[in-house]
Amino acid sequence: MDLGTVEEFVPARVGAWQAGDAWLAGGTWLFSEPQPHLRRLLDLQAFGWPALTAGADGLEIAATCTLAELARFAAPAEWPAAALIGPCCAALLGSFKVRSTATVGGNLCMSLPAGPMTALTAALDGVCTLWAADGSVREVEVAAFVTGNGSNVLRPGELLRSVRIPAAALRSRTAFRRASLTPHGRSAAVVIGRTGSDGAVLTVTASTVRPLQLRFDRLPGAADLAAALETAGPTWHDDVHGLPSWRRHMTGLLAEDVRAELAR
Amino acid sequence: MIVNGRAAARVPAPGQCLRTHLREEGWFGVKKGCDTGDCGACTVRVDGEPVHSCIYPARRAVGRTVTTIEGLAAADLVAKPASGDPAELHPVQQCFLDTQGFQCGFCTAGMVMTAASLPPEQAADLPEALKGNLCRCTGYRPIADAVGGTAPPPPPDTGPVGSDVPAPAGPDIVTGRARFTLDVEVPGLLHAALLRSPHASAWIRSIDPTGALAVPGVVTVLTWEDAPPVAYSTARHEHIEDDPDDTLLFDRTVRFAGQRVAAVVAETRAAAEEGCRRLVVDYEVRPAVLDPRAALAPGAPLVHGDKVDRAAAARIFDPGHNTAARISSRIGDLAAGLAEAAATVELSFGVQRVQHVSLETHAAIAWPDGDGVVVRSSTQVPFLTRDALCRLFDLPRNAVRVVTGRIGGGFGGKQEMFTEDVVTLAALRTGRPVQLEFTREEQFTATSTRHPMEITVRAGADRSGALTALEVRVLANTGAYGNHGPGVLFHACGESIALYTCPVKHVEAVSAYTHTVPAGAFRGYGLSQTAFAIESTLDELARRLDLDPVELRRRNVVRPGDPLVSIVGDHSDVGLHSYGLDECIDRVQAALDDGRGEPLPEEPGWLVGRGVGITMLDSSPPGGHVATTRLVRDTDGTVTLFVGTAEFGNGTTTVHAQLAAAALGVSPESVRVVSSDTALVEHDTGAFGSTGTMVAGAATLRAAEAMAELVRLGTPGRLETEGRADGTPRTAAFAVHGLRVAVRPDTGEIRILRSVQAVDAGTVINPRQLRGQVQGGAAQALGAALYEHVDVDDRGLVTTRTLRDYHVPAFGDLPPTEVLFARTDDPLGPLGAKPMSEAPFNPVAPALANAVRDATGVRLTRLPFTADRVHAALRTGDEPASGSAGLPVLPHARHLHEQPLGAEPAH
Repeated sequence: MDLGTVEEFVPARVGAWQAGDAWLAGGTWLFSEPQPHLRRLLDLQAFGWPALTAGADGLEIAATCTLAELARFAAPAEWPAAALIGPCCAALLGSFKVRSTATVGGNLCMSLPAGPMTALTAALDGVCTLWAADGSVREVEVAAFVTGNGSNVLRPGELLRSVRIPAAALRSRTAFRRASLTPHGRSAAVVIGRTGSDGAVLTVTASTVRPLQLRFDRLPGAADLAAALETAGPTWHDDVHGLPSWRRHMTGLLAEDVRAELAR
Repeated sequence: MIVNGRAAARVPAPGQCLRTHLREEGWFGVKKGCDTGDCGACTVRVDGEPVHSCIYPARRAVGRTVTTIEGLAAADLVAKPASGDPAELHPVQQCFLDTQGFQCGFCTAGMVMTAASLPPEQAADLPEALKGNLCRCTGYRPIADAVGGTAPPPPPDTGPVGSDVPAPAGPDIVTGRARFTLDVEVPGLLHAALLRSPHASAWIRSIDPTGALAVPGVVTVLTWEDAPPVAYSTARHEHIEDDPDDTLLFDRTVRFAGQRVAAVVAETRAAAEEGCRRLVVDYEVRPAVLDPRAALAPGAPLVHGDKVDRAAAARIFDPGHNTAARISSRIGDLAAGLAEAAATVELSFGVQRVQHVSLETHAAIAWPDGDGVVVRSSTQVPFLTRDALCRLFDLPRNAVRVVTGRIGGGFGGKQEMFTEDVVTLAALRTGRPVQLEFTREEQFTATSTRHPMEITVRAGADRSGALTALEVRVLANTGAYGNHGPGVLFHACGESIALYTCPVKHVEAVSAYTHTVPAGAFRGYGLSQTAFAIESTLDELARRLDLDPVELRRRNVVRPGDPLVSIVGDHSDVGLHSYGLDECIDRVQAALDDGRGEPLPEEPGWLVGRGVGITMLDSSPPGGHVATTRLVRDTDGTVTLFVGTAEFGNGTTTVHAQLAAAALGVSPESVRVVSSDTALVEHDTGAFGSTGTMVAGAATLRAAEAMAELVRLGTPGRLETEGRADGTPRTAAFAVHGLRVAVRPDTGEIRILRSVQAVDAGTVINPRQLRGQVQGGAAQALGAALYEHVDVDDRGLVTTRTLRDYHVPAFGDLPPTEVLFARTDDPLGPLGAKPMSEAPFNPVAPALANAVRDATGVRLTRLPFTADRVHAALRTGDEPASGSAGLPVLPHARHLHEQPLGAEPAH
């Protein structure tokens, strides 16, 4: 929709942010809701960041990398966990026409429980690189970056530069399960499991208000996994896309499915 | 920016989305449906990539190449044929035309742009590829045929009637040339925006417009001080007495959160919106009542307490008790009937608010014209709106002209005056043309919904299954205004009850005012709610008697010659002039028996069941429904038909051309149909109540038959005839839906394995269009039964405000519905036809509930059946009454007995 209060569309640069500004990545969320507090859009495309940089230590995904670009990533055979990219991109409620514009960084910064890039990058132990308005840089794990339904650790004027996925995580085996009230609807529960040299990790998103990660030395049995979920006691998300009790139940079912697949 | 090979003339504004920029450039094929990237009606290509242009920053497209529907054929047809015909269609456009893959056509440009951009691997998974393209009319089957190239072969040409004549607007729709309401360039156009109340109940002490008037571009501010002191109803009916005069254009009293408080009129939409934000309104917040039961309780805050002393003049049933309408009807001795029964069942049901979600929102433009106005509006009722504007502004009939363009869907939502009054006031005040376009959010928060209802049904039958007693209690929530409140309540207690023969029928029904968004006319007009309750109860009753649920109903349905009885003194002009119900039931049962459809899922834990819903619909609203048409045959032989009824995807334009052609002995393509302009014919009640064929079609047929007679007599020169129909006496149509479903109790998931609907529509004038109406109605009903709910929070605010939070069925959500036609011929309908616009909606929800009951043994009574709620209900036997689904808490049946709805409230 039109953002009638926006007066300027300017290239983004570090230190440029002021009150009434918004970083513009793909714009697919920003232009989907009224934003009467905004006066300027700071266009992140001006930085010209390469979308994807693969190296020995892992994969760096620029905040401005679109979901479509990520989905086209041709991963080396030693990174089987890249198989998660496809289903996670498809889990976006928006269509392929949104995925061609929506960005990984934008999805993370929205910090919605159902955010599929949160699910993907948290499950693979991604680390966010944040640029502050004063030029300083800090790193935050994705699982800690999102702090609640629509909230995160970003400070005013700070921007998400990229997410780095460590090679160790990319080398792990993974399993993905998702539940939604409708066949192609918004995710109500997403459970991703992975097993690798560092043990087993189960990541729950969408059903919880923020990512939940359970770490095990090795793949647990069904009862141990259920007990660990119970003990973790996350805050179950409540909105029109699923009752909390159902999300909790579905998370248990999906988690066991994921465990069983990884045990095979 | 190069658009369709032409450089754009304007530089987009910094915050503008690409859609608006393209429309400003005159590319009106790019539609505004949701404005949030969910519906896909705005799909265009940027550098060859399809995008939702409503969420694409226009500035990003500067320097790029943009293709809209208008440029699609040229962009993709590299090797043009030698003729170089500019009317050349893209192959996908041709497919949509061949399959008639549209009804209203508002989504079509976006569908075509998307389908034409799919590589083969994506085209193989259409549910995924089309999840961002919503169609509210068709149920997606003809779209699947168009995209997949799987159109069924056309039936043999049987002449004008009974053949698949394509819609005359088809070529314009698939190319984006069709002009919907706002697809016009208007020099000097002003834009209005509405400030809406954040409070459910309040008194406006004052409105300070100073800040708004200081915004550059703001022309004027209109508030309660500017509104005519004439009370009216937004609902439009042939007789204005059908609805209470409880509404003012702007009212100092706020009765729901979302009610208009003021309009700001400005040179741009952005300035008008900014003006709204700068208005300072001093509200005195008052107590609100949101629940209909609480509203009827003694001492409840009164929604229209200011009208208690003039209730009769305003035709408000009982504003002193928040009552918009009441029915208390007792036929037979209930206690005796129940005592006679071998089994009785009593169940309480909850039916939720749903929204029409026509893809084109409410919108209008008014031009000053002499002492009056011309209004171009998205309305199902141009003539009644003209009459209402004349009354409201004290203008003579010839001073107001209302016209429509093509209308992007209605479903009952546009049988209201929500925009025309504002733009008329603004145009009269400013002397300039003024446009008002509702946002998608306003559609949800401030227009109308289906009436939410709580319904208790008690039924008894003897050992053979013959009904001995039927009691129906209804509590409807009409919201803050009584638009359609009485009509919907009476209709809800009409055909659903009259369908069954039973010596004892008791009805107690109330429509309560609450401080919530008004309910209004919605496809089915009350029947979908009571049909769900009654069909579910009778299914349960059969199970108690160990009888087949369909056979019990078959034993009790009305037959030709039976009186149609629902409440005392109703249905006097309705009769079963044709009867295909038995055939519909037989064919649905046979289809469910034939083993076709999807197999039961292979994973363990799925249960399977089948269910049927049976419904009847009178052929037009009671009290008369008038249509006049005018047919002109020029000296060169060209035939032009002027009709008043509106085309919003219902296909009546095609049917009118077919009816006229049949009488004149010409081809339907040779009849030009001009519709929906108050200047062209005398009167038309409007396109509602499923009357486009039954009533307006009858008028057309009469005009054409008169013309044929003149031609036969060899009358020379230009010929003109008129036809008129008044919608009485009436007949009845039937729709029977059958479903086979799989239910997985451990997840709450329901999968539809087979969906079939048999309809008794009399003579089928256009099989493809009729099939489309049925598939579309079933699709909308499946959405309402499985997914959709408008939620209101404990402050009275609507919380489901976008299409991503209000789930309209997408391509992948719907099963194919097989459509079967009963072979009947009605003596009242034009060439034997009966109406079938609303009827297909009504039997679907009870068919689903009955199928789930069959599969699981659990009776679900509260719609919708979303997986989370079904899971809870199957696990505990208790359907959640609040939380994300937001349904009101329903009292137990016993409570209803303690407080009979029909009795005067105790106080």
